[in-house]
Amino acid sequence: MTTTASTTAEEKKVATITLTIDGKKVEAPKGVTVLEAALGADIYIPTLCYDPDLKPYGACRLCVVEIDGMRGIVSSCTTPAADKMVVHTETPKVNQARRIAIELIMANHIGDCLTCAKNQQCELQKVARYLGIEQEHFDRLRKGTRVLPIDKSHPAFDRDHNKCILCGRCVRACQEIAGVGAIDLAYRGYAAKVSTFGDKPIHDSICESCGECIARCPTGALVPKRTRQATRHVKTICPYCGVGCSIYLGMRGNEIVEVQGDRESPVNKGGLCVKGRFGFDFVNHPSRLTKPLIRKEGKGKDIQVNGNFKDIFREATWDEALDLVAKRLNQIKEKYGPDSIGVLSSAKCTNEENYLLQKFTRAVIGTNNIDHCARL
Amino acid sequence: MSFEEIKRQAASEWKAMQNSPIPRILIGTATCGMAAGAETIMEALNAELAKNNIKADIIQVGCIGLCYAEPLFEVIKPGKPGVFYGDLTPELVAEIIRDWLVGDNPRPDLALGTRGEGTLKGIPKLFELPVLKPQVRIVLRNCGNIDPTNIGHYIANGGYEGFIKALKMKPQEIIDEMKKSGLRGRGGAGFPTGMKWQFCHDAPGTVKYIVCNADEGDPGAFMDRAVMEGDPHAVLEGMLIGAYAIGASEGYVYIRAEYPLAIKRLVVALKQMEECGLLGDNILGSGFNFHIKIKEGAGAFVCGEETALMASIEGNRGMPRSRPPFPAQSGLWGKPTNINNVETWANVSAILQKSASWFASYGTEKSKGTKTFSLVGKVVRTGLIEVPMGITLREIIYGIGGGIPGGKKYKATQTGGPSGGCLPTSFLDSPVDYESLAAAGSIMGSGGMVVMDETTCMVDVARYFLNFTQSESCGKCVMCRLGTKQMLDILQDIVNGKGRPGDIELLLEVGDAIKNGSLCALGGTAPNPVQTTIRYFRDEYEAHINEKRCPALACRPLISYYIIPEKCQGCGICIRACTSEAIKGGKRMVHVIDQSKCAKCGTCLDVCPAKFSAVAISSGAPVKAPAEPVPVGGKA
Ligand SMILES: Cc1cc2nc3c(=O)[nH]c(=O)nc-3n(C[C@H](O)[C@H](O)[C@H](O)COP(=O)(O)O)c2cc1C
Ligand code: SF4
Ligand code: SF4
Ligand code: SF4
Ligand code: SF4
Ligand code: SF4
Ligand code: FES
Ligand code: FES
Repeated sequence: MTTTASTTAEEKKVATITLTIDGKKVEAPKGVTVLEAALGADIYIPTLCYDPDLKPYGACRLCVVEIDGMRGIVSSCTTPAADKMVVHTETPKVNQARRIAIELIMANHIGDCLTCAKNQQCELQKVARYLGIEQEHFDRLRKGTRVLPIDKSHPAFDRDHNKCILCGRCVRACQEIAGVGAIDLAYRGYAAKVSTFGDKPIHDSICESCGECIARCPTGALVPKRTRQATRHVKTICPYCGVGCSIYLGMRGNEIVEVQGDRESPVNKGGLCVKGRFGFDFVNHPSRLTKPLIRKEGKGKDIQVNGNFKDIFREATWDEALDLVAKRLNQIKEKYGPDSIGVLSSAKCTNEENYLLQKFTRAVIGTNNIDHCARL
Repeated sequence: MSFEEIKRQAASEWKAMQNSPIPRILIGTATCGMAAGAETIMEALNAELAKNNIKADIIQVGCIGLCYAEPLFEVIKPGKPGVFYGDLTPELVAEIIRDWLVGDNPRPDLALGTRGEGTLKGIPKLFELPVLKPQVRIVLRNCGNIDPTNIGHYIANGGYEGFIKALKMKPQEIIDEMKKSGLRGRGGAGFPTGMKWQFCHDAPGTVKYIVCNADEGDPGAFMDRAVMEGDPHAVLEGMLIGAYAIGASEGYVYIRAEYPLAIKRLVVALKQMEECGLLGDNILGSGFNFHIKIKEGAGAFVCGEETALMASIEGNRGMPRSRPPFPAQSGLWGKPTNINNVETWANVSAILQKSASWFASYGTEKSKGTKTFSLVGKVVRTGLIEVPMGITLREIIYGIGGGIPGGKKYKATQTGGPSGGCLPTSFLDSPVDYESLAAAGSIMGSGGMVVMDETTCMVDVARYFLNFTQSESCGKCVMCRLGTKQMLDILQDIVNGKGRPGDIELLLEVGDAIKNGSLCALGGTAPNPVQTTIRYFRDEYEAHINEKRCPALACRPLISYYIIPEKCQGCGICIRACTSEAIKGGKRMVHVIDQSKCAKCGTCLDVCPAKFSAVAISSGAPVKAPAEPVPVGGKA
């Protein structure tokens, strides 16, 4: 059984098909969709609900094409490519349907690009610009008037249904990537919207705050609360845990303003958890410790810190602090024995640092009391 | 018990019932009968029988289709043909019992017609009446005739013979028989059933599913419900045959929860099938296993679409997905699945019981057999009808339906529900079949047929259907969700007198894009009502937009009620009836309506005595009436 399965998988990988797209001969691996075949051959087809990481959905109707032998127009993102297929990506029928689709979306889009957090990074803007909306056409349409409240319940991101185009990418990301299923489409017709169970604020739902939905939303409907734009991106590894997700830090000067998962990374394939994606505010936080602190003389542990540590601690140099720690560890070890000491290491340390710490614990202090927060 | 024994027993019980020395009363208690008051009639019937000390069998049967005459029953006196009485009231029940069961007067003045052997003076044969004569009852063969909760009644009338025949055939032979019959799906699209079965039969895989689509979401359609309520076994036998032919061992009936009686009947029927060994493992010792589950839907129109229906059965939100893959390749839980409509399944059992060529002898070249319709709207006789394909609209509307009531002029017929179109007078003599309806821009659909007269505004009709499709769209795809909203907004504007030049072209353009670009057929057919009404009644649209006039005098914002000074006699009836205090007048004064106060309820028009008929409606022009009351006769 296993052998046959793997051979077919292998066959799939090598088997290619040839199709003609806009008169151009295109080779594509077997099993891809018409859209993927076109994109693979550098033929652009506008899309909004397509996401390479998610299952085909077919909602935005922008990727429609005509295929010889098939009736009418079909969405290329859901149509499997077949050998010898002849595809036309720009015909009068296709262009008319696309134009009406984008006009309908924009006529129901409440929001001003200039004040939108997604401005200039918005896929909807990009597609609308590509397809070109004529003022005259646009003016004939009746405009949407429904204004829904913005869900600001989440500490890390906002949900603005008025900018949602119901592409379903957030829903699918939550189900297919995060495996959570905190949101789905609810209601019917024009009233349809992305909703949590019982239409409660997202903060009161089973959402795990991973932000997979935020990362995939093509519009300004799902945006992180901090929305200052980055000017450059720096590739690094998430400092939080042992998984080691690859990330890009969005920098503005010397400040981190966003984190993006690295889609190319074999470790996380672009995915992140709540800490990696949203937990970077500590870096520039005023309370962040940058120097070692030593407890002031006479200030016991029963004293409340109340935010102002300077009453209890004084700043010190690394040399002084390390000397103090070494001295006290020695005293404790002598008085109570090595097993009176325990060491807890952190996932925020590198492997090498963790290795050294356990070596130090076992060889220098002489105890096996060493553990790590990733086990908790 | 073997099936032969079950059959023999059923036949002898049925015969005993026919020859019973006590009278039988068959009363229609399907949902339509119940809605018309069958329950009260049953109570009255029991009371009257008790009062007169008459012993009689009361049998609750399904809908016979004469909805206009509900509540109705058939009284069968031993040795006499059955007599149908309609529009029953408790008083009439008392009279009928007294005169026909106690006495010997069948009351020809009250009787609709007779059924069965023999004749009664002064009463026509029911099936010779214009309402029933053109009808051919294949799907409705048992409706109104048998007790749907008694499998014996079904078996005594040839039930499950088709399945027994099928068991002796090879699956491919059954499929060939279906192909030969020419049966096409009755759920709307008219896809050849035999071909569909072939795809699913040929699909690789050992686990396959059969589904009966009983969602029936078209507003005003109730054919499927009537069949399930009146003859559930006809449907279930069809599924059994289909499962055997395709190689499925599990089936689902997807039915809307708003059909509680039909669900009840199905549950009873399934239990009886099991008891007779017609369902479960090793059916009738053949080695063939088949189980049927009932899945109740929440009543969403879109869940009638097959891919949405399957998603719903799987427990997901009922939203369509793109095809391919088709259900025959990848359906329920990714397995090959065959979905057919209730009426299709009921035809299957009839075809196997009789024969493909018998079935194909009805209908036209490409549309074989019969089609049920719910005939509603502005016709004298509304009801559930079954007619051979190819019959003309005229035969249906004027023959079966008895024409337009109130001497009004016929305007159009809407077929296919929200996915269909409106056919004007010029199509009265066209045949009703898949091709002709499609050529006219409409569809056969599942069988809604709404007749409209001159008082119906076609723009408003289009708005009504768009409102339905818009609110029933699953919301997944842009074209359907936002496109239908756009069209609805435009239509709303037009009927409110806010239409703009260019709106007709815009409706057509957006409609085309929706038809071409939608993901499923809900969107793909939603513009039909608008496009056909523009095609055949463009002048009505133009009048609304350019002259702010509703030619049918139906769109409230565009009409004004006024009192014709020459006709008003100053009787004051209208003034007392108007709840908006919009009428001014006085004794022997010509009354006038204050347009700024009038709520356009139409009460004044209704109450103004017919001999005066002084209230009128105008549209598109200022009313011709004085501003203040003047003395009747024009003299001060
Ligand atoms: C919006 C929509 C609603 C539908 N509703 C029904 C329905 O209520 N009942 C039905 O049998 N078919 C319905 N259909 C058609 C089904 O998708 C499918 O074609 C049918 O059940 C196939 O059975 P048939 O071949 O026997 O007609 C609907 C289709 C669409 C697009
Ligand atoms: S989501 Fe995009 S199109 Fe909408 S307001 Fe923001 S930038 Fe503009
Ligand atoms: S943040 Fe993660 S868990 Fe929450 S809704 Fe988005 S994808 Fe789902
Ligand atoms: S919130 Fe964003 S990702 Fe989700 S459906 Fe709306 S536009 Fe798409
Ligand atoms: S239409 Fe109604 S509100 Fe208007 S005048 Fe007549 S009764 Fe009064
Ligand atoms: S309009 Fe009719 S009801 Fe009213 S006062 Fe005149 S005659 Fe009487
Ligand atoms: S990308 Fe294909 S329908 Fe949206
Ligand atoms: S939602 Fe069904 S066609 Fe768009």
